[in-house]
Amino acid sequence: MKYLTTIGLEVHVQLKTRSKMFCACAVEYGAGPNAHTCPTCLGLPGALPVMNQHALELTTLTGLMLDCAIAPYCKFDRKNYFYPDMPKNYQISQYDLPICVGGAVPLHDLAYPKDAQKSIATPDKKVGLVRIHLEEDVAKSFHYDTSTGVDFNRAGTPLMEIVTEPEIGSPEEAFAFLSSLRQILLYGGVSDADMEKGQLRCDCNVSVRPEGQAEFGSKIEIKNMNTVSGVRKALAYEVQRQTAELEGGRKLQQETRRWDDASAQTFLMRTKENAHDYRYFPDPDLMPVRTETLVTTARAGMPELPSAKRARFVDQYGVSGYDAAVLADDQDLSAYFEAAAAKAAKPKAIVNWVLNDLLSAVSSAGKGMRECPLPPQALTELVDLIDAGKISGKQGKEVFAEMFGSGKGAATIVKEKGLEQLSDTGTLEALVDQVIAANPKPVADFKAGNPAPLNFLKGQVMKLSKGQANPVVTSEILQRKLTAGEGPGGV
Amino acid sequence: MDTADLPFLTVTELQRRLRARELTPREVVDTLAARIEAVDPAIHAYLSTDLDQARRDADAADVSLPLGGVPIAIKDVISVAGQPCGCASHILDGYVAPYDATCIARLRAAGAIPFGRLNMDEFAMGSSTENSSKGATLNPWDTTRVPGGSSGGSAASVAARTAFASLGTDTGGSIRQPAALCGVVGLKPSYGRISRYGLVAFASSLDQVGPFTKTVEDAARLLGVMSGLDPHDSTTLDAPVPDYAALLTGDIKGLKLGLPKEYFISGIDPQVEAAVRAAVDHYTKLGAEIVEVSLPHTEYAVAVYYIVATAEASANLARFDGVRYGHRARDTSGLLDFYGKTRAEGFGPEVKRRIILGTYVLSSGYHDAYYLQAQKVRTLIRKDFEDAFQTVDALICPTSPVPAFKLGEHTQNPLAMYLQDIFTIAANLAGVCGVSLPCGFAQVDGKDLPIGLQLLGPSFDEARLLQIAHAYEQTTDWHTRRPS
Ligand SMILES: [Zn+2]
Repeated sequence: MKYLTTIGLEVHVQLKTRSKMFCACAVEYGAGPNAHTCPTCLGLPGALPVMNQHALELTTLTGLMLDCAIAPYCKFDRKNYFYPDMPKNYQISQYDLPICVGGAVPLHDLAYPKDAQKSIATPDKKVGLVRIHLEEDVAKSFHYDTSTGVDFNRAGTPLMEIVTEPEIGSPEEAFAFLSSLRQILLYGGVSDADMEKGQLRCDCNVSVRPEGQAEFGSKIEIKNMNTVSGVRKALAYEVQRQTAELEGGRKLQQETRRWDDASAQTFLMRTKENAHDYRYFPDPDLMPVRTETLVTTARAGMPELPSAKRARFVDQYGVSGYDAAVLADDQDLSAYFEAAAAKAAKPKAIVNWVLNDLLSAVSSAGKGMRECPLPPQALTELVDLIDAGKISGKQGKEVFAEMFGSGKGAATIVKEKGLEQLSDTGTLEALVDQVIAANPKPVADFKAGNPAPLNFLKGQVMKLSKGQANPVVTSEILQRKLTAGEGPGGV
Repeated sequence: MDTADLPFLTVTELQRRLRARELTPREVVDTLAARIEAVDPAIHAYLSTDLDQARRDADAADVSLPLGGVPIAIKDVISVAGQPCGCASHILDGYVAPYDATCIARLRAAGAIPFGRLNMDEFAMGSSTENSSKGATLNPWDTTRVPGGSSGGSAASVAARTAFASLGTDTGGSIRQPAALCGVVGLKPSYGRISRYGLVAFASSLDQVGPFTKTVEDAARLLGVMSGLDPHDSTTLDAPVPDYAALLTGDIKGLKLGLPKEYFISGIDPQVEAAVRAAVDHYTKLGAEIVEVSLPHTEYAVAVYYIVATAEASANLARFDGVRYGHRARDTSGLLDFYGKTRAEGFGPEVKRRIILGTYVLSSGYHDAYYLQAQKVRTLIRKDFEDAFQTVDALICPTSPVPAFKLGEHTQNPLAMYLQDIFTIAANLAGVCGVSLPCGFAQVDGKDLPIGLQLLGPSFDEARLLQIAHAYEQTTDWHTRRPS
C-alpha cells in the first residue's frame, strides 16, 4: 500500500532587537549567567511588561514579506503553565488575535537538499501559513548532578512563532520550507535565523495515512531538532516509523516525541492525555495594539524579496535562472555581484568570476563575502580588461590571484607585471615576418598542406613577444601571411 | 520643643511646621517612632519598620519639597528598595524588594520617607486583615473588632496616629472599606492614574494604589505627587495631573450628586444608612443638587468581581513557586512535588481558595461560561457608570453596609465576608475613582464605631471628587475625632 505524508511546522524565530520583548535588558548572547536581567524579566513581584515596539515592527515586516493579512489590532495573552525556565509561570503570547494571519512561503529549487533538487515533486510550491504571532522566550536551564541552574538572559527575548498549514508533503519539502523561510527572514533583517544558535527552532507535526483515506492520520509532534538537516532526518525517520506501524496493523496515537540526534531516533515524550490546559486570557498589563502605523513603517522598510531578485537578475543581467538563484541565495553575494555588474561592459561575464573564482577564493581564505578583500569595482576592471583584449583569460586568473592577495587594482598589476597584451598589428606583423623568415622548414611544410606547424609558428611569435602577443590577432596575421604567398604569380 | 501633639498633625500642618523650622524631620521620625512603640503593640498595624534608615533620610530631607521630611507608611504589597515586601504571606518570607515601585520613587523624589511595612490581608485578599499570615490588625476604635481590609494596617495606622499618612491598594474596596471602618480618608484613584509598577499584583485590571490620610487635602497632596504616566506601566494614562490641593475651594454650589438606588438596600445597618442620609442632606445645604440615579447591573458586581479578580490572581500568583525567592519547601521529590509543597505551605486558605477559583473559571470548557461572560457583564457595569456620570458629577452612597465587625465574625463564612465589599467593588470594575471619608459614628456595644461616606467620580476626575469630599469635610467635624 502507498502512504501519504502530511507535515505542518511551528517555527520559532528569535527577532533581532536590541532589547527584550517587555523590558530594556539587552539581547546579547554569550554574556555571563543572568547578566541581562531586571525585575521584569526575572518575574519579580510587582514588575510589569512594556511592549517592545521594534519587535512588533519586525513581526509586521515578516507578515508583509510572507503575504499575510495584518490584523487591524492584536492583543497579548497569558499562557499559563509551570516550569522553572518561566519566571512568571505564564508566558506572554498571542492566542486568538495574532498580528499576522494567512500568507505563504514560496519554495525555490535551490532551497531543497542538494540530493533532492533533481526530483522536486511540486516545483514552485507555496506552503500556506496559518498565522504568525509574537511571544517572549523562556530562560535556559542547565542540569547538573544534583541541581539545575537557570540563566534568565534569554528569558523575555522576542520570539516570533510561524505556524504553517499542514501542506508539506515530504521531509525534503520541510527542508526547502525552512531554507526558503530563513532566506526571507535574512532579507528582511528580521533575524539571523541560525538554527544551531537556537535563533530558529522548529517543532514538526507529522502524520501518515494510506492513500485514498480522506482524513489525516494521527498527528505526532516532534521536538528538539537543531539543524535543518536534523529536521529532514527526524521527519524521514518518523515517516518510516509511522508507516511501519500502520503496515504492522498497529494504530497510532496523538503524541509528542523527542528527536535524538545521536541515535537518530525519536522517543515518546508525552501522550495526548497529559496535554496542558493553558488557560489563555488577555494580559491585563498590556493594552491591545493597533497595527496601522506598524504597517506603514514596515512597508517603508520592505526589502526586495529573493524571488523578485532572482527574476530581476535574469531580466536585467541576462544570467541563467540557476546562477540567479545562487547569487540571490546570499544577500552579500548578490549585493557584490550587482555592484560589480552595474558598470561592467558585459555583466554576464561577471557572474562566472563571482560564482567560480571569487567564491572559491573567499572560501579558501576562510572568509565570508562580507570580508572579501576584493572590492567589486576591481573585479569589474579586471573583467573589462579581458573583454577588451588587453590581457588574456589566463593572465586574468593570474591578475585575479594577485589582486585578491595584495588588494592592488587590475590595471596596476597588469602594468607592473608587463602583462599588457600585444594587439598592435604593426608590431605583430613585424614579429610574424621575423618568425617566418627564421623558420623556412615549418613554413614550407605548412604551405605543402600540413596545418600542424601553424601552432609552432604561433608559439614562436608568443615567445618573441614574451607572451604578450594577442593570440587571436597573431593567428589571423600568421594565416594571412602564410596563405598570401600561395596565390598565382607568387614566389 | 513640645512634640506631644505632633502625631496628631495632618501632613499639611506637619509640613508647615517643618518649613517654619518649628520642627526638624529628625524630631518627626523620633516622635513617630516613640508613638509606634507605645501604641502599635495594641493595634498591630506594622509588620516592620526601618527607623534607622528613616532617621538618615530625615537628616538629608529637603523640607521645601512637596512632601519634604514627611514619613509615610507603606502597605506590605508595594515594593520599597531594601525593605521586605512580603504581602503578609509566608510564601514571600525573606524576600526583600530590590527596587522601588514607581509611586515610591515619586514619593521619595517629593521628599517623603517610606519607613514601615503595614499589615494586610495576604496578597490583598480579604476585607478584615484577618487573612494576614502575620496575625490580625485590630481596629483602634475597638480592639475586639477588625479594621477592615485588605489595607487594614494602612487604615489603622492613620487612625491610631502611628502614621501621618499611608499607602494602600484597592482592588475591590481595599482602601475605601478599611478607611470607613477606621474613620479616616481613603482615596482610590481611577484605574491608570497611579502606576502599578512595583505593586505586587492581585488583579491587574482592578488594582490601584492610593493614600490613607486624616484629611481630604492631605489625600490631594499625595495623589498629586504619585499620579501620571509611567513608562514602566502601559496601563497608566497620559492625562494631565492638576494641582489637586489647590483646587479644593469648598464651593460645590450647583454640582449634581447622584443617589444610586441600588446602594440603599435591605441589610444595610440602620445607623449607617441614617448617617449617610444625613450627609446627603448636608450636601443639599451646601448647595448641591441631589438626584436619584440607577446603576442597574450592580447586583452582578460581586459575582463578576470574584471571576475576573480570581482569574487574574491565579496567573499573577503563579510566580510564587519557591524557585527564585521566598519560601521553599524542604524534602521534596521532583519538580511537581516541590511546587505543590512550597505553595501548600506558603499560601493561606483564602489565597488558595481564590487561586483554585480563578484556575477553574479559566479552564477549558468553563472559560466562556465564566470568564468571558463576566467580561461582558463588566462592560455593562462600566456603562452604568458612564450613563450615570452623564447627568451627575459624583455618586454618593455608603462605603460599607456595616460598621467594623468583630474579629472572627465572618472568618468561617467567606461569602458573608465577600459581601463587605458590595458597595465598593463596582467602582474597580468600572475603573472610576472613589473616596471614603468619615460621616458619623454608630454606637455599638457602648463603643463609637466610624461610618464612612463614599463618593464615586468619573475616571480621571479626581479633582472634582476631592473638591466635593473636601466641602463636606470642612463643614463637619467627624474627621477631627480620634480613638482614645
Ligand atoms: Zn529585563
